[in-house]
Amino acid sequence: MKIQIGAERCQGHGRCYDRAPDLFGEDDEGYGKVLGDGVVPPGQERDARLAAANCPERAIDLLEED
Amino acid sequence: MTADDRFTEDFREQREEEVIGAISEVITGPVADWATDFSHLEPEWSADPYPIQDDLRQRCPIAHTERFGGAWLPTRYEDVAAIAYDTERFSSRSIILSNFRPPRELAPIGGSPPISSDPPFHHDARKLLLPAFTKAEIAKQEPATRAFCHSLIDTFEGQDVVDAAGDYAQHIPMRVIADMLGFPPEDGPQFRVFVEDLLEGINLPSDERIERVSRLFDYLLVQVHDHIDNPREDLTTYLINAELYGQKLAPDHVVGTMALLLIAGIDTTWSAIGASLWHLAKNPEDRRRLAAAPGLLPTAMEEFLRAYAPVTMARLVKQDMHWHGVDMKADDWILLSFPAANRDPAQFDRAGEVVIDREVNRHAAFGLGIHRCVGSHLARLELRVALEVWLARIPEFTLADPAAVTWAAGQIRGPRTLPLRIR
Repeated sequence: MKIQIGAERCQGHGRCYDRAPDLFGEDDEGYGKVLGDGVVPPGQERDARLAAANCPERAIDLLEED
Repeated sequence: MTADDRFTEDFREQREEEVIGAISEVITGPVADWATDFSHLEPEWSADPYPIQDDLRQRCPIAHTERFGGAWLPTRYEDVAAIAYDTERFSSRSIILSNFRPPRELAPIGGSPPISSDPPFHHDARKLLLPAFTKAEIAKQEPATRAFCHSLIDTFEGQDVVDAAGDYAQHIPMRVIADMLGFPPEDGPQFRVFVEDLLEGINLPSDERIERVSRLFDYLLVQVHDHIDNPREDLTTYLINAELYGQKLAPDHVVGTMALLLIAGIDTTWSAIGASLWHLAKNPEDRRRLAAAPGLLPTAMEEFLRAYAPVTMARLVKQDMHWHGVDMKADDWILLSFPAANRDPAQFDRAGEVVIDREVNRHAAFGLGIHRCVGSHLARLELRVALEVWLARIPEFTLADPAAVTWAAGQIRGPRTLPLRIR
């Protein structure tokens, strides 16, 4: 699974980095950013899904790979 | 260095003329029908707006009133979101619905940038504030906030009943924002008056309202001059020195933003803390569960923010238009109810229930789109710390007198008197 943030939709609510601080962080203005290369480590898929499901702006995309 | 001569008397007089604009007739009294005559200032609304909103969502999802010179109240999440995102058709040049309509020329800056600003100016004014309000920057306020919460609870020593709104919730955001702006901490009681003047004095006669609002600006100018004489590391000095487009900020921008940070930071968080404690006082199962498992608090807190969202914003319609089934006129108000959106069953399961372990909670308590509350990380910090400290120190509490609980009237809703029995 990969995660990405649609920068044009993100408004810096911070729900992703509150909920899943291992996967998301904030930039100097509080906008969300994906940590690392965006590949979700095994076992953290649920955190990624919950972060996406709680984003008020629906700015997080989950790319499922199989 | 030359003296900063931006903040003179002339600027004050000019500002008042610019901001007031058109005045509409003050209409008060009992609401005949909420679909055609709503008023968020009547006691029925402040006591319990949710049944009214739920009823409207079913039978008239965009309600109207002739009060305030004409206003609309959408109650569906999708309509609230659509308006929040549509800055082309809805202006933020006044975000407090009143009987004054500021002139269109006040856009795109508005009286208190960036909350009152429209694109493209909004983006630049907001960018000035964002670095000071990131989660990482705000985290620096945590130790002092926690110590302050403890000191408030220390004062309850020997009392069986305390006013959790007046003696606890209120003081926390006042102290934190006073520290951040560099205002004297003992000025808290004045801040309360400013908040009431601005947010609750909506239906006062126009002369009186103007007079009251100007008291806030008198106070802010005193603070500005003090900071020009004695610059320090705080938001006031930051704003005085900040530059936009290669120039220092216009004086009304500086003072308008200070007003925003002071007012928006107090009433809102005070309301959120109070409403959360009110809920826990009434619901012993939730209270016991949270006191036993503090790790659940961040999740529970989001649910309190959803169910008791304190903040409703306003917009002004830019041009006559047919919109989602109604005929809006230029300069009609929109009462942008995030609380109503947050209880829309089309968006949330069990929308009318408070589910403290709700895992998926895409609520709009801090707004949606470009005007997302710039202080949301600060609000969440204050709310979390206030509840953590309270629950750790006072795990057992109940409503001392349900009939004595009072709620603020107007766009910011939360308990203003909340007697709790704490032992």
